[in-house]
Amino acid sequence: MDATRDGLGIALKDLSEKDPDIFVLDCDLGRSTRAYAITEVNENRFIEMGIAEQDMISTASGMTSMGKTVFVNSFAVFVTGRCFDQIRQQVALPKANVKICGSSAGLTQGYDGATHQSIVDVAIMRSLPNFNIVVPADPNQAVKVIKEAAVIDGPFYIRLSRYNTGNFIDENLEYEFGKAQEIVKGEKVAIIGTGPILKNCVAAQQELADKGIKVGLYNFHTIKPIDEDKVKEIVNSYEHIVTVEEHNVIGGLGTAVSDVVAGLDNSYSHSQVTKIGVQDCFGESGGPEELLKKYNLDAKSIVRQIKDLL
Amino acid sequence: MKIDEKRIRELTKLSWEMRLELLDMFSYGKAHHFGGSLSCMEIISALYFYKMNFKKDNYKALERDRFIMSKGHSVPAQYVGLSMLGIIPHDELKTIKKIGSRLQGHPDVLKTPGIEAPTGSLGQGLSYANGIALAAKEDKINMNIFVMIGDGELQEGQVWEAAMTTSSHKLTNVCVIIDRNKFQSQGNVDELKKISPLDEKFQAFGWETVSIDGHDIKQICNALDLVSPGREKPLAIIADTVKGKGISFMENTYKYHNYSMSKEEYESAREELVEHITNMKKD
Repeated sequence: MDATRDGLGIALKDLSEKDPDIFVLDCDLGRSTRAYAITEVNENRFIEMGIAEQDMISTASGMTSMGKTVFVNSFAVFVTGRCFDQIRQQVALPKANVKICGSSAGLTQGYDGATHQSIVDVAIMRSLPNFNIVVPADPNQAVKVIKEAAVIDGPFYIRLSRYNTGNFIDENLEYEFGKAQEIVKGEKVAIIGTGPILKNCVAAQQELADKGIKVGLYNFHTIKPIDEDKVKEIVNSYEHIVTVEEHNVIGGLGTAVSDVVAGLDNSYSHSQVTKIGVQDCFGESGGPEELLKKYNLDAKSIVRQIKDLL
Repeated sequence: MKIDEKRIRELTKLSWEMRLELLDMFSYGKAHHFGGSLSCMEIISALYFYKMNFKKDNYKALERDRFIMSKGHSVPAQYVGLSMLGIIPHDELKTIKKIGSRLQGHPDVLKTPGIEAPTGSLGQGLSYANGIALAAKEDKINMNIFVMIGDGELQEGQVWEAAMTTSSHKLTNVCVIIDRNKFQSQGNVDELKKISPLDEKFQAFGWETVSIDGHDIKQICNALDLVSPGREKPLAIIADTVKGKGISFMENTYKYHNYSMSKEEYESAREELVEHITNMKKD
């Protein structure tokens, strides 16, 4: 089974065949991030920056000033946190056409442990003006997300994963940047998920359905700008919103959704937002499934937390 | 191209006139980065008015030479240069740092014409220059990219990451100029955190170095002329300068790195610069 990072390799190869201005920079992780795949099309389009993330971001920004579209790659934990200041000053502020790909994001990075598990990257990137943030759920969606990001001018953060979910999002469901996808309608409870962890949300939704509890399920692949219209529609249709993310509950999808809900006027019914995610703690070494279970992000834990609400 | 004596005199005079422009732009009653702006005036005039392919009629052309002020707090000196090139209207200089102005406290590529890189948070200019050079190499565009880095700024680790990138990728159209004025915000650079010896450090990172008097137009131009096609290594010009050059009470001290002048100090500094320029005209 593939992960969303595999979608990156496919997308970059396709993009580089059609567009001579697509370039890829990577910090000694090109085979893991899958960015190296671009060399199968054109070796010159891949630039090895060595283990120097700050240098990579600033270099990429310089390239964009010459009209290039530059994808930069490393593990999500490094490519956001290590070089935040370079991103702030030389990508966000000048609206540079840099696409930051954060690979191996979330707890499912796995055995490398807390130092390598990125659980605050979305929070960091959401705080920057001018940034778009997308989190594809499966490899097929990753290809679409990345190709779309390539043709929209300006800074993108693309959160990718090594969690091998395979494809599970219906291919017929239209993907449009900024527009959340309705996977299934339900009653009372709506699950809003993002990224590969949606696979567990799908399993949870089905398990609940088997017990006669029909919950809705939505894929918010775009976290910034958040699809406010869809959030409002969900508020009007459900009593509870449950956000699920492989990320700290502070600053990520759950916060983005809560921000919209908190700003609604009295014409909207009151909706409670429950945030399922990493509860403001660091992870640890372990297998992806073991970690999701321990940190209450496996399907069973999601089911349990939703049942507690009802 | 060898610079002749007449041109050397003209550019030297121009550098002093730029100091006066800087002083009038800053005026009194508001803090400005005096020290590092005054120390790099000759280098800016040599770049803009001698070496670079960068003029009012081509400053947006893809193949233009680039000047990146990595020590972004000294951008006022660049604003003066850009106004003398006719790229920024002279009258606009007085709007520096005022609300709504195109002339920000640090370089802003979206707001200010002629500014090439977003800098200010230090250490990032050389990486950005490398990015331009990598793209130019791929597109087979002949152009030079000059990056001015402060000596205190060399304490930033990213500079050295970038120095490795320049030499690893043989980006010999990238040229670094160190404004070696020996003072940073809080004191003497080598006393706060030692960066010497600069020549050996850059050489160890795969660069060729040349050390010059950063206030001597002839030496600056001759060093800049070393940047030409066919080089084996990128060039780092270590320009020995005086922080606060030209306003005697500001020279060789860290205290005027960022400083708000009184009216009396402004008038005395102005008198000194005018006198210096008047004496040059007599020569």
